Amino acid sequence: MLEKLTTARIESAADLYDWDELVQEDRVHRLIYTDPAIFQAEMTNIFGAVWVYLGHESQIPKNDDYITVRLGLRPIILLRDSQGKIRALFNRCTHRGTTLCRKDKGSARIFTCPYHGWSYLNTGKLRAVPWPDGYACDFKDSKFNVAQVPRVDSYRGFIFATLNPDAPSLLDYLGAITKPIDEWLDRQPKGKIAVCEANRLKYKGNWKLAYDNSGDGYHVVFSHRSLLEMENRQADVANKGMSYYKGSPDTAPMYMAYMGNGHHFKDKRPNIQKRAGGLWAVEGPAPGTEHYAEELRRRFGARAEEILDLASSEPVNINVFPNFSLLGNHIQVFEPVSVDETNVTWYGTAVVDEDGTLDGAVDEINALRMRTQEQFPNFGEVDDLANFEEIQRGLACLEDEWVYMHRGLDIPGRVKTDANGIITAPATDEAFMREYIKEWKRLMKATPHLAVQREP
Amino acid sequence: MQTVHDPSTSSYYVNEQLYQELVTSFADWQRDELAIHNLAERDQFRMLVEKEARLLDQLAFDEWLAMYSPECIYWVPGTPAAGDPRREISISFDDRRRMEDRIYRLRTGYAWSQAPKSRTVRMISNVETFATDQSTVRMVRSNFLISEFRVDGTRFLSGWCGHRLVRTAHRWEIHVRQVNLIDCDQNLRNPSIVL
Repeated sequence: MLEKLTTARIESAADLYDWDELVQEDRVHRLIYTDPAIFQAEMTNIFGAVWVYLGHESQIPKNDDYITVRLGLRPIILLRDSQGKIRALFNRCTHRGTTLCRKDKGSARIFTCPYHGWSYLNTGKLRAVPWPDGYACDFKDSKFNVAQVPRVDSYRGFIFATLNPDAPSLLDYLGAITKPIDEWLDRQPKGKIAVCEANRLKYKGNWKLAYDNSGDGYHVVFSHRSLLEMENRQADVANKGMSYYKGSPDTAPMYMAYMGNGHHFKDKRPNIQKRAGGLWAVEGPAPGTEHYAEELRRRFGARAEEILDLASSEPVNINVFPNFSLLGNHIQVFEPVSVDETNVTWYGTAVVDEDGTLDGAVDEINALRMRTQEQFPNFGEVDDLANFEEIQRGLACLEDEWVYMHRGLDIPGRVKTDANGIITAPATDEAFMREYIKEWKRLMKATPHLAVQREP
Repeated sequence: MQTVHDPSTSSYYVNEQLYQELVTSFADWQRDELAIHNLAERDQFRMLVEKEARLLDQLAFDEWLAMYSPECIYWVPGTPAAGDPRREISISFDDRRRMEDRIYRLRTGYAWSQAPKSRTVRMISNVETFATDQSTVRMVRSNFLISEFRVDGTRFLSGWCGHRLVRTAHRWEIHVRQVNLIDCDQNLRNPSIVL
């Protein structure tokens, strides 16, 4: 271990800038989006030191199943080992550093390095080395086992991991945001969902532009103007989709909340009638809408409305810092690629009905739910991503240094803090942005001591 | 095709039967014994897919839509094996109404991902035509390369299309177009043009 070098590098990241100068109460410096050195530091201080979302348990349902993902820039094999334990192995041969697994997903008890044939069990333990008599060393030494993320934990199927031994428990880290996550899950039969492929997008811009946006109610009628016009082009659907943003969104019952630890939450549910069929009533048209609605109503009568709600988008944005959002029925994951490139993957979710609670409607609901989920990535997200790219271009103006996030600041009575420290404000307020970036600043000032683990 | 409902305003035809037909007709159709060798017939379909490419390059969306059956599908799978769209998310899976939505949105002037608009040139090649068990249905495979210029550079999108064409009294019309990007399961930057 190069203790000195590791320590020196981390300290230099913390000392890189006067973070209080870069992140002020009402504004942040352009450098937080543009500086490769800050990005490099984030890969340790954020995407390493905090709990980062890696995947959903339904993507590795059986023992020996794996998917390949990333923790920051580190290639990871997220798997369920042969005993059923979920692990996040570094996708890296201990011999020469080669990635061990090159597929997106699959099932394997053993990973054999394609380069020199070292093979490992899916616990990460070294299994065999070709022609071992050419080595003087003892391969029972644990240093030859694959490095893995020491802390991997799930919250109701969502798998997170951190390299930070000093991080709080996942449950403590999620804190108050577990309540909306629970509510999001519990509207599904048995509180379960399964991931079913994705709309996979990418933009040339910093990852935080997406996280800034994920709770932002201010951009909606502007950035998504084409979508709103499209959604409302036919008279009979004039009040569907996101039309509740029109007019005066700040006086609507929806709100945004800062939930601590960088997590934020935009809750649009209060705008929707709380009744069976309330969500379906505002869901925009999708391929199959009329057929499936009529078919289910014929079969299920009044009960069809609550079944149709399962094909409708849940009007929330539940944002878990730094890379995970639940919105509509999607799991959205932000994956930094470089300081000015980010992958945004919108995993679709399907209803799972193991107990037949839906009396055979599950396949039809999912057929409809796939189509409702494709709408926003196709007609909404692409415009946001275009705007993020244009922010990144605009931030090339070196002399114009500041980016503002002060909407709602200093207006008496506008931003409220409850006894649990949860901060709420009108839907277009930027309070959540100011709060999460404070947390980002705290993390960037810290000197985390990240560690990997190996099988003994 | 006769229809009781206007597919521009309601979607009754996207049902289990259609999905099943899609999954069945797009499985195992590129078989040598079904390949059509008649040059005149092949040329007819080659001209059809070339015309479609030209109309899309020219953003002539009304003429493009007119090449399709009233009850049609534009399908861009998100996985290389295409899969079953009832059970997995596609990059796009549009019925006629959503195709019209797509065009409407692009024409609002506020679709920032297409403001300014991309300029595209499509190359279509390797056009093969296959018979099916219905004399009024043909399947056409073609390879494409789209050069797309927008804002900061030119990029290339490539893949192959599967057209399912249906014979009506007057013409062959496109019932389904399946667009298979070679990188369909990867993160794509600004996939906002009609492919």
